[in-house]
Amino acid sequence: MTMAIPSFTVETRTRASTLSAAAVIALLLLAFAAPFIVSRGVIQELFFILTMLVLAQNWNLLAGYAGLISVGQQAFVGFGAYTMFGAVILFGVDPVVAILIAGLFSIALAFPTAFFTFRLYGPYFAIGTWVVAEVVRLLLAQWKALGGGTGTSLPRDATRDMVGVDMMRDVFGMKASQASDALTYWLALILVVATIGFIYGLLRSKQGLGLAAVRDNEQAARAVGVDARRMKTLVYLATAFITGICGALIYVQKARISPDAAFSVTDWTAYVIFIVVIGGIGTIEGPILGVIIFFLLQNLLADYGSWYLLVLGLLGIAIMLFAPRGLWGLFSDRTGIQLFPVRRVLKGGPLNLTHKGGPHG
Amino acid sequence: MNWLDTILQGVLLGGLYALFAAGLSLVFGIMRLVNLAHGDLIVLAAFLILVLVTALGLNPFVAAVIAAPLMFAIGWALQYLLLNRTLGKDILPPLLVTFGLSIVIQNGLLESFSADSRRVFAGSLESASINLGPVNAGIMPLMTFFLAIAVIVCLNQLIYRTSVGRAFRATSDDPVTAGLMGIRPQRIFALATGLAMVVVTIAALYLGTRANFDPTSGPSRLIYAFEAVIIGGLGSLWGTLAGGIILGVAQTIGAAINPEWQILAGHLAFLGVLLFKPRGLFPRAVD
Repeated sequence: MTMAIPSFTVETRTRASTLSAAAVIALLLLAFAAPFIVSRGVIQELFFILTMLVLAQNWNLLAGYAGLISVGQQAFVGFGAYTMFGAVILFGVDPVVAILIAGLFSIALAFPTAFFTFRLYGPYFAIGTWVVAEVVRLLLAQWKALGGGTGTSLPRDATRDMVGVDMMRDVFGMKASQASDALTYWLALILVVATIGFIYGLLRSKQGLGLAAVRDNEQAARAVGVDARRMKTLVYLATAFITGICGALIYVQKARISPDAAFSVTDWTAYVIFIVVIGGIGTIEGPILGVIIFFLLQNLLADYGSWYLLVLGLLGIAIMLFAPRGLWGLFSDRTGIQLFPVRRVLKGGPLNLTHKGGPHG
Repeated sequence: MNWLDTILQGVLLGGLYALFAAGLSLVFGIMRLVNLAHGDLIVLAAFLILVLVTALGLNPFVAAVIAAPLMFAIGWALQYLLLNRTLGKDILPPLLVTFGLSIVIQNGLLESFSADSRRVFAGSLESASINLGPVNAGIMPLMTFFLAIAVIVCLNQLIYRTSVGRAFRATSDDPVTAGLMGIRPQRIFALATGLAMVVVTIAALYLGTRANFDPTSGPSRLIYAFEAVIIGGLGSLWGTLAGGIILGVAQTIGAAINPEWQILAGHLAFLGVLLFKPRGLFPRAVD
């Protein structure tokens, strides 16, 4: 007697994810066309949302997947921004090229940073990253060529003569300032797509499975041969690269830098943490939902000054206590919808496994 | 003898940092909780003392004596009602909740007291100093330093000589087994945080009278406290005092070379210790 051997396949696709892929493509086309449709003010708002989303996705990868809870990612935002300023002002490099240089320098900074902070036990790692950010801030505040403690501005023509601005003026008939806003917006959009694509790809790969295993149980993961330290270091370096690029891009648009602003814990870490926690830590959808809520709350409470941060802090605490997987987690648990599924599902076998393990198993 | 003076000022400053750090160290030692709002709680206590001094016209020391039980109650309630819910194997919830708390306290203080720098005035004591041969030492910094030693002696006596201390140590080692022996870990944790807040009040008194503070000064106090703990090595309060002194001396030497380098020199000393002695200079705890 022979047994029919069922053909197994393992996949992560769900019906919602197929639909969402189509929706994402439509949304992206719309987003790329935005500079022709909406006003410059709206483009600047969208730029802000997109860059915060990049920072949030990076922090989520660090804390939600690699278990590296950093409150010092402003080190890479500020360092990336200062590298870009240095390259543009001191060496006359094109800002767009300087953004890439900033990413590479941020990786270079991440090596010594990881060397120091990885020596600290779990929760103390968080404060260690903060100290490193302070050290970088204090050192750059000594750099007199870039304005020292008071900061400096990009030369006016630097952003006007960026790669592509001329072409956009000719082809689309935009004004210089409009063209440079559109260009930074497009770069931010590309950065968002690349970041989410990278993280999604990573989580669906073998390395991503190893990462989830390390997060859920480091000893067990080590026992089956996952090199936890190497995985964490790689994630740390990758997020430093993207965060540095994002910081440089933000400051191409701002065109004015000071150590206190570029290394602000509130702007580049507190907001980012609340976006991720409120949206849902440990999911790709969470930061997307979080950044939308963050933006709405900011506009709603714009006139109330520090009440805004206070509300955000209370909301963050409440969510951490009562819905630790955030608003997206609540939604996903009730509906089963996942737009970026990373859970492996066995298909085609004799067993119909409707009940699955954890969210990222 | 300029250098001798610089070093003495640094040592005395180290006493203040040890006071900042003792509460953090106590809470971490018993429940492995790193409270990111520790610095903001110090600033909160400083504002509490300021309010008592300005509204009731009290002497700052009397105000601190009144503030201490209030802060104990705040710490007890905070731990019992909020932080106990976050404790567990995962280090994420306590870190993020205390980070949120830090933002809430900072912005709450900003709304109530504005961003102005404040100071608690301690009358003639502020400028009083005594002559120690070649150098002069301020009375307030000296008091800070000796109070830091007194606090450490008291905490050590409490931890190693009393039944409450035995419960602290037992819960720290194994909360489940301690629970079987009739200890309620939840209450022990709340007691420890309350106690840490009493130490925080003492630290706040000297923070408030020594220099200006404002609602956003919390995070840097947290960083100094943390550096003192790590330099000294986890689990040893005397190590924490040594860590505070090293940090203080590094800062005053840095400031003597260039005033802009004060904070940076402290951070660099911390990184240096981390580089050569990753477990601190006087480690005691295993984890």
